[in-house]
Amino acid sequence: MTAEHAGRGPLDRDELARVVAADIPAGAYVNLGIGLPTVVGDHLPAGRGITLHTENGMLGMGPAATGDDIDPDLTNAGKLPVTETPGASYFHHADSFALMRGGHLDVCVLGAFQVSAGGDLANWHTGEPGAIPAVGGAMDLAIGARAVFVMMPLFARDGTPKVVEKCTYPLTGLACVSRVYTDHAVFTVDADGLRVRDTYGLTLAELRDRVGLPLRE
Amino acid sequence: MSVAVTDADAAVADVPDGATVLIGGFGSAGQPVELIDALRRHGARDLTVVSNNAGNGDTGLAALLAAGLVRRILCSYPRQSDSYVFDRLYRDGRIELELVPQGNLAERMRAAGAGIGAFYCPTGVGTPLAEGKEQRTIDGRDYLLEFPIRGDVALIKAYRADGVGNLVYRKTARNFGPVMATAATTTVAQVTEVVPAGGLDPEVVVTPGIYVDRVVVV
Repeated sequence: MTAEHAGRGPLDRDELARVVAADIPAGAYVNLGIGLPTVVGDHLPAGRGITLHTENGMLGMGPAATGDDIDPDLTNAGKLPVTETPGASYFHHADSFALMRGGHLDVCVLGAFQVSAGGDLANWHTGEPGAIPAVGGAMDLAIGARAVFVMMPLFARDGTPKVVEKCTYPLTGLACVSRVYTDHAVFTVDADGLRVRDTYGLTLAELRDRVGLPLRE
Repeated sequence: MSVAVTDADAAVADVPDGATVLIGGFGSAGQPVELIDALRRHGARDLTVVSNNAGNGDTGLAALLAAGLVRRILCSYPRQSDSYVFDRLYRDGRIELELVPQGNLAERMRAAGAGIGAFYCPTGVGTPLAEGKEQRTIDGRDYLLEFPIRGDVALIKAYRADGVGNLVYRKTARNFGPVMATAATTTVAQVTEVVPAGGLDPEVVVTPGIYVDRVVVV
């Protein structure tokens, strides 16, 4: 059953980050991708025992570093200075990606260009002529984490939905996305396609009309 | 065996034209800038560089690229806000790029150092980066065959070495260093300090000295 929040929304980035953060289970090991997903880190409830992983070799990553806490040897996946929390650990890149690929992370949160109804993810390359491709750890995370949450605006700048029947951008991973968090709706993905868990600022009927895909309640 | 402690220029003086050079670092963290600068002064040409990124700003790896000494680069994330040196060379067709998912970059070097002939990995199945790779289904899951990446030389940055080449690192500057140290014929580590053998707690050594050939204090 879809929860319609027609009077609340679309969500801004902090509101969306709070929705994602609230769904991260207590005690989870979590990787937050660069860009929009990073904001989730600002909204994780204290006392839930959630441990952040960063692909460049750390568990127990803390908030962004400022002032005297900035250390060029301590950065996140976006190369920005961060801090360590009590219980943090460091390890090399092969170990870091072994724990990602090996299914040890409970959740990763990634940005995306497109997600298909079957859970395919496209988030690394526009494929445009002249665009310089860069993949980083996106493909490893997509196939490695137990749950892959995507966080993105529902509509591209030209107004077209980013939830699609079939991705037109180059793929990052096949059938790997478990949930899609957007400013207008939260979707869950399973073998039967997309289900709408929540809508924000519009009704399910309006959402179906704008997305143009079969969307289950 | 005691490790050779030398200066940066001497440490890279025998790198030949056409060498494959593994260069540590994730962005600026762990990038062995002084060793890269020495390699640029040395002037070996036609290099293949393996590094996570393709340089930032005008220093370190970016300066090596700008000098026209690198023919080919293997990396996971060349495009950054300040990767303009690489961007220009790539768009002008003056450098070849092999884009490798970050975990595969690390694991392929780990395989080289560990004597593994190749390995099946699920990363990239069904994507453009799977093109040309052997695919195999094992227990219902699809994998791609990935081959090792070996270096002639590895240039890495650690925090402290001891007299036999054992290394410890600092925070996330560790990144690719320990893996690259295992995967090259000759490994050069720049460090802030060399202590006598026995000066590092054996329980916390990250890279054992067997992998380290030369140490440079910067």
